[in-house]
Amino acid sequence: MKPLTTEEIRAVIARGKLKDTLFKALGILCLAFGLLVIVALILDMAIKGADRFTLDFFLNFASRRATQAGILSAWVGSLLVMFVTALAAVPLGVAAGVYLEEYAPRNWMTQVIEINIANLAAVPSIVYGLLALGIFVYQFGFGQSILSAGLTLALLILPIIIVATREAIRAIPAMIREGSMAVGATRWQTCRYHIIPYAMPGILTGVIIGLARAIGETAPIITIGALTFIAFLPPAPLTALPDGGTAGLFDWVMAPFTVMPIQIFNWTSRPDPAFEINAAAAGFVLMAMVLAMNALAIWLRYRMRKNIKW
Amino acid sequence: MQTVSSTTGVQISNTGSGYISARLSHNAMRHWNERLIETVLFLAAALSVLTTLGIVYILVSESIHFFARISIVDFLTDTQWTPLFDDAHFGIMVLVSGTLVSSLVALLVAIPVGTTIAIYLSEFAGSRVREIAKPILELLGGIPTIVYGYFALLVVTPILQWALPNLPGFSLLSAGFVMGIMIVPYIASLSEDAMRAVPMSLREGAYAMGSSRLYTAIHVVIPAALSGLAASYVLAVSRAVGETMILAVAAGMQPNLTWNPMEPAATITSYIVQVALGDLPHGSIGYQTIFAAGLTLLLITLMFNIVGQWLRAKYKENY
Repeated sequence: MKPLTTEEIRAVIARGKLKDTLFKALGILCLAFGLLVIVALILDMAIKGADRFTLDFFLNFASRRATQAGILSAWVGSLLVMFVTALAAVPLGVAAGVYLEEYAPRNWMTQVIEINIANLAAVPSIVYGLLALGIFVYQFGFGQSILSAGLTLALLILPIIIVATREAIRAIPAMIREGSMAVGATRWQTCRYHIIPYAMPGILTGVIIGLARAIGETAPIITIGALTFIAFLPPAPLTALPDGGTAGLFDWVMAPFTVMPIQIFNWTSRPDPAFEINAAAAGFVLMAMVLAMNALAIWLRYRMRKNIKW
Repeated sequence: MQTVSSTTGVQISNTGSGYISARLSHNAMRHWNERLIETVLFLAAALSVLTTLGIVYILVSESIHFFARISIVDFLTDTQWTPLFDDAHFGIMVLVSGTLVSSLVALLVAIPVGTTIAIYLSEFAGSRVREIAKPILELLGGIPTIVYGYFALLVVTPILQWALPNLPGFSLLSAGFVMGIMIVPYIASLSEDAMRAVPMSLREGAYAMGSSRLYTAIHVVIPAALSGLAASYVLAVSRAVGETMILAVAAGMQPNLTWNPMEPAATITSYIVQVALGDLPHGSIGYQTIFAAGLTLLLITLMFNIVGQWLRAKYKENY
């Protein structure tokens, strides 16, 4: 092989650098494409749905007439379902995370649980819907209620919360535990007064991301048979019912309901283009909720990384 | 504790017995409390195993009823899926074809875009770009699938129709395309992890020989991270196979045995949604079909997941 002259070597280097620059541009282009999709989505829904951003839209029930239809039962339903989901998933998820990090012995049982959690995270959400249809709706007799939906979504986001809890706990140095135990605290006292409080920001981030996922989930809730047309709200605790009685504290838990994503699905699948406008407006509201929750989580994580230095 | 320093054991039992027994019973209570709490925490962790058992139990028990009526051979070989007609046929391949075609379209979009982003982030981008890019990808992965469905039907389909005038209003192509956008973040972040796990010394070796960054990325880093990249693709397929709402909204829901992405077709997931929207009585054959379909779906995703995790474990072993 003939040795290259200086010019030739310079040319080879220049070609390599040019290719590097071109690839860099391609990478930025791909990222920009992702950003473009988010922006296009939001703008499209905001522009199409602009006519519907009135107070009435938030305070009206679903209707056969597109212009009068609103999302009252949908957003109330979404909030109530999220409430049940959080109530079930947060204690369970944190408890499971604490157990796996602080208590679990290294044996086959622990390994089974760990592998199982990893696999559950990959199960399609609609399969959780089938589980809930068989177990919650029919075997437990919860029916097509807010309780069934809330518990279904709780199972769905449990792996997210467990993983977040474990990661947060793992970041706490061993000296914290040693210090606590050295002054005579038991294992649980160490967890209760040191580990869980210090892991809180990380856990909270996981909870918010989990709930943001749950609020947009449609398939499992359709599968348990949530109604698509609901023109009433679940009974508020201790208010008068139409039949003369008084609603109990927890009657709303067993009420039929609809949620935002189902309302959007209902409107997108109608042939009348007037409902497209409603779907766009409702989609914008849902996106705003999800983006706000995600932004909160990202901000929390950012603050956490800045403030905590062990 | 003063009694302990006393000279004889008799004295301890006489003067300090109340104190010590209180102390001991307090310790015993503490012990039982600790055990109780540990048990409660263990049960919370074990709930996940119960969930899995519940899923398997429900899918298998309902599917057994189903397969008592329909033979498994018909289920796998019939070319029609008309469970709710008088002349009922139960050929799951009809739904599987829709599922596979849409997933394939999604992969064709997501693999090039996701891998490019991963290479860029791992080999080229500085930490500031990564700080901005990561949240963007996270948001992209966090958009509710129903909103993606809306986007596929009312934004992407019209754009694609402008380029391909023959495209019908519902198609596997536009649903698959949007599904591809949805799984880009998975591929990008898993592939990036795999590439960052490649030891710096390999890159330094390549740079020392005079390779450019791109040449190093393509000829050194990617081959070294290959099983990790493959794992990210396989896990992304499993994601796409289980995706529901985009297909239910944008791919149409009529069963159609086709390998052509330009046609509308039902998938396993969108069939389950379609049945759930109607009012099928508990225990009817229609009700049982969704569990048989669900079991098929779970087995397909499980297969992809096992392969994916095996591939991931392989690249983690190497370094």
